[in-house]
Amino acid sequence: MKLWRKHLERVIQWGLLISATVTIIAVLLIFVFLGKEGLPALLKVPLSNLLGDRWIPVSFENPRYGVLPLIAGSILVTFLATVIAVPFGVGGATYLSEFAGRAEREILKPFIEVLAGIPSVVLGFFGLVVIGPALKSLFGLTSSLTALTGAILLAFMALPTILSIAEDALRAVPRSFKEASLALGATSWQTTWKVTLPAASPGVIAAVLLGIGRVIGETMAVMMVTGNAAVLTASPFDSVRTITATIAAEMGEVPFGSDHYRILFLIGLLLLGMTLAVNLYARRLLVGKIRRRKR
Amino acid sequence: MILNLKSFGFSTVIIVVAFISLVLGGCNKPGESDERAPESGTPAKVESETLTIKGSDTMVHLVTYWAEAYMKVHPNAQISVTGGGSGTGIAAMLNGTTDLAMASRKVKPKETELAKDQGVSFNEIIVARDGIAVAVHPENPVSELTLDQLRQIFNGTLRNWSQVGGQDEEIQVLSRESNSGTYVFFNEHVLMKDNYGQAVRLMPSNAAIVQSLSQDRFSIGYVGLAYAEGAAVKVIGVKKDKETAGITPSLETVSDGSYPIARPLHIYSNGEPAGLAKDFIDFALSQNGQDIVRETGYIPLK
Repeated sequence: MKLWRKHLERVIQWGLLISATVTIIAVLLIFVFLGKEGLPALLKVPLSNLLGDRWIPVSFENPRYGVLPLIAGSILVTFLATVIAVPFGVGGATYLSEFAGRAEREILKPFIEVLAGIPSVVLGFFGLVVIGPALKSLFGLTSSLTALTGAILLAFMALPTILSIAEDALRAVPRSFKEASLALGATSWQTTWKVTLPAASPGVIAAVLLGIGRVIGETMAVMMVTGNAAVLTASPFDSVRTITATIAAEMGEVPFGSDHYRILFLIGLLLLGMTLAVNLYARRLLVGKIRRRKR
Repeated sequence: MILNLKSFGFSTVIIVVAFISLVLGGCNKPGESDERAPESGTPAKVESETLTIKGSDTMVHLVTYWAEAYMKVHPNAQISVTGGGSGTGIAAMLNGTTDLAMASRKVKPKETELAKDQGVSFNEIIVARDGIAVAVHPENPVSELTLDQLRQIFNGTLRNWSQVGGQDEEIQVLSRESNSGTYVFFNEHVLMKDNYGQAVRLMPSNAAIVQSLSQDRFSIGYVGLAYAEGAAVKVIGVKKDKETAGITPSLETVSDGSYPIARPLHIYSNGEPAGLAKDFIDFALSQNGQDIVRETGYIPLK
């Protein structure tokens, strides 16, 4: 009987181990597959073409596979979204954790979670018919399909992530820190700005990074509102084509095994690398913070 | 008794990872496991035949109507029609996962090359025609453009409406995405194989183009004729050259060939069609079939 139980526990333990490692295997396999399909492009397409500033994969002349406008497009939209989302995210988190009463928090928090649950295609539609035209008349633009429209939608998507993780970080600051500050005669605003926020800063930065990680990979909303012209630009009022939109739009029809097919996998690998780097760095900050606190 | 996870060392994890990758790797060969033969799903005792048709999103609407009308007369036939784009249909034919492919463009030389390797020979049948309307915002004063002006607008040479008789404003050019058969057709027959200009905005669908055209006062774009009819956009007349009159697309101007931006819609079969496929195509080309073409907003062959 006892032996039987021991075996059963062993089986359960193995089952749990497999469940835990499935995600690792999935990530590894995705990396291997993307690399296998994408890396041969480096051998077949000259680097001068890959690093060019024109993206014309379907052409009667020579196809051009310059990935710079795509990378620049993704970075521009992500940067703008971060600039928009961070003040609201960190500000909102500070209010929720330091100033809001219980009742306020109980009303605000569910709404933030609702924002996180809005499907991106719905947000994209909202951007296409509401935000885009509004921005157009506000700034006197000729087109509503701009990087800025996309960035605002992405800021909506990053906000819940930034808000909730930053709030957790702020609430994790030990009471003794604040009490010491208040006892020394600081006002509650001075305490928040000079003591609580700096103490929580690794967590807050991690929150922002995780928000960025969410934003780089977003596809649908961006594809609907940014116009998808592959232009190398730094202006928020120009159209941009992001890596994600490019893959989503072109993968469906690309001839299997062609240069174009391989390059789409290559930029997919690039995108995965970017999000992974941001997420891993954010994790390190979060883990580092917890270790320091334990000491 | 507590589970001692520490006794499971790092090496165990590696072994598990390796084992599972092997299992997963075994079914990783593309195109072997995930294709199902269309015949296998139907029970053998019923004498029913199946036909799969894949391809152009432009044509799905039309071919679905054909399939429904055909199946009403031939209850034993099972015809499934799916979209995905012209390229998707042609790729499916290369991979042997469809009987017929719909395409709003011709097969590309590269695809013919691939077909030779796969032992597939494309047999092209023109089943209907479709006009491509060029449209602007309703308040735009420009109502006619020559083919050459269109070429220069879409390749980025002409950038201001004043250069073609409009206001002194930048032209915002809208096109379909590069996966669209319409994109390729426009590229070949209006752009004369020039590349699209860099600032051309690529929109994911006909509907998105119509939506933007109705909002942005200085934009221009092209859509399938059926999408422009009834939308809040102004369809402009196209002139073959400076001397001829501008012609707007319609059933008459497309079918008599006077509207210049019209294209044939194709169905491709692997070799000469036989059996159900042949019968279905004959139906599509018959008087009944071509009546359906007119009813669904496309242009019949005759």
